[in-house]
Amino acid sequence: MSKFLLLLHEEPTAASNYSPQQMQDLIQEYVDWSARMAQAGHLLGGQKLVEGEGRIVRQDDEGLVVDGPFSETKEVIGGFFMIEADDYDQAVQLSRDCPHVRYGTRIEIREIDERHQEEE
Amino acid sequence: MAISHEAEQERARKMVDHLFRREAGRIAATLTRILGPGQLDLVDDIVQDALVQALRVWPYRGLPDNPRAWLIKVARNRALDRLRRSSTLRDKEEDLKKWISQSRGEAGQPRESRFVEELSDDQLAMIFICCHPELPPASRVALTLKTVCGFSVPEIARALLSAQPTVAQRLVRAKRMIKRKKLPFQVPPPADLAQRLDSVLEAVYLLFNEGYAAHSGEALVRRDLTGEALRLISLLSAHPLTSKPQVHALAALLCLHASRLPAREEDGQIVLLADQERSRWDRRLIEQGSRHLGQAMRAQALSRYHLQAAIAACHVAAPGYAQTDWKKILDLYDALIEIQPSPIFRLNRAVALAFVEGVEAGLESLLEIEDNPALRDYYLLPATLADLHRRAGRGREAARFYRRALQCPCSGPERRFLERKLKQVEGASSRS
Repeated sequence: MSKFLLLLHEEPTAASNYSPQQMQDLIQEYVDWSARMAQAGHLLGGQKLVEGEGRIVRQDDEGLVVDGPFSETKEVIGGFFMIEADDYDQAVQLSRDCPHVRYGTRIEIREIDERHQEEE
Repeated sequence: MAISHEAEQERARKMVDHLFRREAGRIAATLTRILGPGQLDLVDDIVQDALVQALRVWPYRGLPDNPRAWLIKVARNRALDRLRRSSTLRDKEEDLKKWISQSRGEAGQPRESRFVEELSDDQLAMIFICCHPELPPASRVALTLKTVCGFSVPEIARALLSAQPTVAQRLVRAKRMIKRKKLPFQVPPPADLAQRLDSVLEAVYLLFNEGYAAHSGEALVRRDLTGEALRLISLLSAHPLTSKPQVHALAALLCLHASRLPAREEDGQIVLLADQERSRWDRRLIEQGSRHLGQAMRAQALSRYHLQAAIAACHVAAPGYAQTDWKKILDLYDALIEIQPSPIFRLNRAVALAFVEGVEAGLESLLEIEDNPALRDYYLLPATLADLHRRAGRGREAARFYRRALQCPCSGPERRFLERKLKQVEGASSRS
């Protein structure tokens, strides 16, 4: 089993177009998905990221540059889930019915690299 | 990591049915009391913000232990933010702060068990202001759906078969009128209560009818609307201030009508009262309706809801269509028409009359409403004429009226029903 990070990309303004009932139905879909994942032993956790915040630190010719916060950014990473899966194929399979595929913009799946620790 | 397996499994429970709609209505009512009915737009924004916030957070973290308290707290904080930016509203801060402690109940425990039954005075006042007689009837229904029932503009438009801009405009005008006329946010004083209650009941009745008799689209019954109407009327009939005979009468009427809904449609086809499988009627609603009817009888004078409920009770009481007490129904329609001479009641009376005195008597009584402009696009008039002619053995006449009925606006199931009937009478008259 390997660990995978699911980065949930979304447009924060999309949520304001839903009606109360639609919002509730949507939340229920996420909660149901998480419960299914947890029951099957795949879900390790999840977190929401603070909205409109964020910094990028980098070096350019002038020196150190800090960008952000990013409240104007159209698409953001709203949060992430950490899951356990055999390989990328299974991680994709598990993410496929996450409601975020339909309601967010996309899910980025990245495997946590634990192999090299063992080799060393 | 925030979520352990066990904790997540424990939290993965269903949210209470329509929690967000209900909570939107509750929060809006309390905010309107605190901020004033002139601030309905601001109230709408704050409610929407709070719900959006839940949508942004709960998918990642799972449901909070007390979803209601969570939403109220976020709404209160949003409201405080907005107040601090407005000089006119700053004095409302203390009231907003009190809100949280009030909503928590004893020892901070959520009161889930009383969830649906509970109607706060705030919500009652909200219903009264949405149905204020100063507002046009169509706006009352739209505003009630928006602020009390937590419907969105597209949902209201779909429910009332109106265009979205029309609904949006009605809401804007209604809110503006509330502000301009400074309509008070309160349960009306005893002297005004009866009249104000009438306009509330009218809105609930309209709401139910919109759901019960959808005259276009595919769904014969829009359960969302009948459900909301039933909820509102049961809230009103349970509240000590509004538990009046005419309220119970309308509650009885709606329960008894709703009890027949499960048998009214099969595979997208209408099933007429005559052919309905009576075992499929909802016994619970029938009992509830009968109880309300009993309480309604404390009245000094009978309202139109009393008489309509009594008619509905006759139908539910009959073990079969043939055993229906049509004489009693006819008498009730006569009394009803005396209170309200509606052509639709006359149409229904003609059906009863045809059973009591014969088809020709029924047809004759329809002559006086046949050209009524209010019924011009009402398919049930030609459909009733067609049925009476069919029973009198005049297939050609029947076919003519079924064709006329098909030219009126009707829903998919209604259309298919009329087409089926037309085929039957055409088949019968070509054989004879």
